[in-house]
Amino acid sequence: MIEICDIRFRWDSEAPVVLNIPSFQILAGELVFLEGPSGSGKTTLLNLLSGMVLPEQGSVSVNGEIITRLTDGARDRFRADHIGVMFQMFNLIPYLSPLANVTLPCSFSSRRSTMAAKNGGSLASEASRLLTRMQLDDVATINSPAYQLSIGQQQRVAAARSLIGSPELIIVDEPTSALDNEACQMFIKLLFEEVKKAEMTLIFISHDTRLAEYFDRRISLVDINQIA
Amino acid sequence: MKYMNVGSIIHLSILSLLNRRLAVLLSICAIAVSVSLIFTVEKLRQDAKRSFADTISDTDLIVGARSGSVQLLLYSVFRIGNATNNISWRSYRSISDRDDVLWSIPISLGDSHRGFRVMGTTRDYFEYYRFGRGKMLELDGGKPFDDVFDAVLGAEVAADLGYKLDQRMIIAHGIGKGGFTKHDDKPFRVAGILKRTGTPVDRTVHISLAGITAIHVDWKAGAPIPGMSISADAVRKMDLTPRSITAFLLGLKSRLGAFKALREINNFSKEPLLAVLPGVALQELWDLMSTAETALRAISIVVVFGGLLGMLTMLLTNLNERRREMAILRAVGARPHHVAGLFVTEAILITIAGIVGGLCLFYAGLFLFQPVIEDIYGLFISVTAPTVNDLMILLYLLAGSVVAGLIPAVMAYRQSLSDGIIVRN
Ligand SMILES: Nc1ncnc2c1ncn2[C@@H]1O[C@H](COP(=O)(O)OP(=O)(O)OP(=O)(O)O)[C@@H](O)[C@H]1O
Ligand SMILES: [Mg+2]
Repeated sequence: MIEICDIRFRWDSEAPVVLNIPSFQILAGELVFLEGPSGSGKTTLLNLLSGMVLPEQGSVSVNGEIITRLTDGARDRFRADHIGVMFQMFNLIPYLSPLANVTLPCSFSSRRSTMAAKNGGSLASEASRLLTRMQLDDVATINSPAYQLSIGQQQRVAAARSLIGSPELIIVDEPTSALDNEACQMFIKLLFEEVKKAEMTLIFISHDTRLAEYFDRRISLVDINQIA
Repeated sequence: MKYMNVGSIIHLSILSLLNRRLAVLLSICAIAVSVSLIFTVEKLRQDAKRSFADTISDTDLIVGARSGSVQLLLYSVFRIGNATNNISWRSYRSISDRDDVLWSIPISLGDSHRGFRVMGTTRDYFEYYRFGRGKMLELDGGKPFDDVFDAVLGAEVAADLGYKLDQRMIIAHGIGKGGFTKHDDKPFRVAGILKRTGTPVDRTVHISLAGITAIHVDWKAGAPIPGMSISADAVRKMDLTPRSITAFLLGLKSRLGAFKALREINNFSKEPLLAVLPGVALQELWDLMSTAETALRAISIVVVFGGLLGMLTMLLTNLNERRREMAILRAVGARPHHVAGLFVTEAILITIAGIVGGLCLFYAGLFLFQPVIEDIYGLFISVTAPTVNDLMILLYLLAGSVVAGLIPAVMAYRQSLSDGIIVRN
């Protein structure tokens, strides 16, 4: 699913090298827990995998496509079609309703739009299905802007958004920081159900090592990243 | 294969604008006010010019004492300002008797009635004076003056003072509203009232030249001669041929002869005279006003610029707050130019709303104030659709809004590239 080969990355030509990964793979359908100290480059890796930034050298391939060789436009489209991303906080466009936030990726990708419509009958019904799955039945019908939701609710809406249209790869960056232990377990359970059902690959970035046991594989970025 | 279409960008920008209603509304208002201002300035400019040009028609030459041609035009036709000198009746007679002259209208100014100017003339005025595109003066009621003490009122004089036919009125010496010596021993009678013309004629009281002479027989050097008072009836029996007049209008038998007549009148040996072609004098007047026009235009451009600047400030202020929004859009597959497009679209939408608001404001104001302006300034403002010139102004404004939108757009574009997917706090 993911194959990283000899990459080196820095944010700026004068900045220090953040990532130097000789080799790293993730198999299709794997549920990966990625940990590492703060500032070690986890979010940077997410930027690389989603094709937002390019490495100085080396190649990244996702889902059989060498994204480091694609043009900027093709990479943006690739991300739209194949990758669902969820952030640590502030995941939603404040002026869109929760439902519109969930369906947002579908306006940038015909592939995910068709998939979503196929899965749920229509875009809107698939979006409310996912919201219901995230135990947000009441939120699905809200027509007011998303900023009125609680942080925990916002994160679940964001999870639904990353899942809509079944992209092959889901990357979530510290999604559980605002959730208590119980809610966190529930969230992971639901996320796994959806991910497994659609045979997606999941990269779960987190500091919370207690969660690691639920995953297929636990990776520490410090182990694969060789910076002096 | 561009999936994100223009429609969804517009949809996103509308929702985003609605989310910031107050700031957006203020920006729209700023632009609306500037649009209505620039339209008002253009309208007044065009209509003032048209109104001036429509005041006199079919007159070939205006003749007065030697002074500036604009000054002559202003006092003889527009009743603005005063003549420095009069011209003698004999000079007038000898020029109006020329073979190439078809008609002549003598004008004698210097008195007023409750703020309206009094003009002495002959009945030829009602026959030959033309305004607009060759329109004749028409009476709303009554007849042209017949008796020495008959007056014919312009429409506005009658309307303003509420005068009816046969009403008596007193002419004051000098020009202005009251406080002057009055010719109260010789009251006039309203003999006729003219129809509205939309020109200074509406604001003029017309009496015969004999009438002018009559009220001044017992006057000398602008004041009544002490101990001498001649009654109105006695005056009627006197010879009331004026000794001088202020100016006169000439209609020639052939337009082509105007230049020859002009040259000869300007070289008139017995008295220094000035003849001008109305069109040329008007042009000189435009030239004089062009500085003011340019200044007015510059001001409206600055105001429009201010409107755009207000919008730009608003867009830039929340650029930082919106970084996360841009990152989210990028994460779900938006291209950097979609992000940029969002800002440009917002700027265009605000400007379009501002233009629509400005047009509403302008036309509402036009309907509301048109009668007032006509009443107070005698300037008839026509309610017309925007001209090509106006549309060009709007087009420039839209182009300006695109430029204003491009500034935050380029910044957001750059930011979204350097931020990566996730904005760090
Ligand atoms: N958009 C960016 N522009 C410039 N430098 C960046 C950017 N994002 C991250 N960096 C730098 O890259 C390094 C790694 O940061 P990164 O955000 O990847 O760490 P992280 O492992 O995600 O940390 P955390 O656990 O605190 O989120 C840091 O030194 C950071 O300053
Ligand atoms: Mg991070």
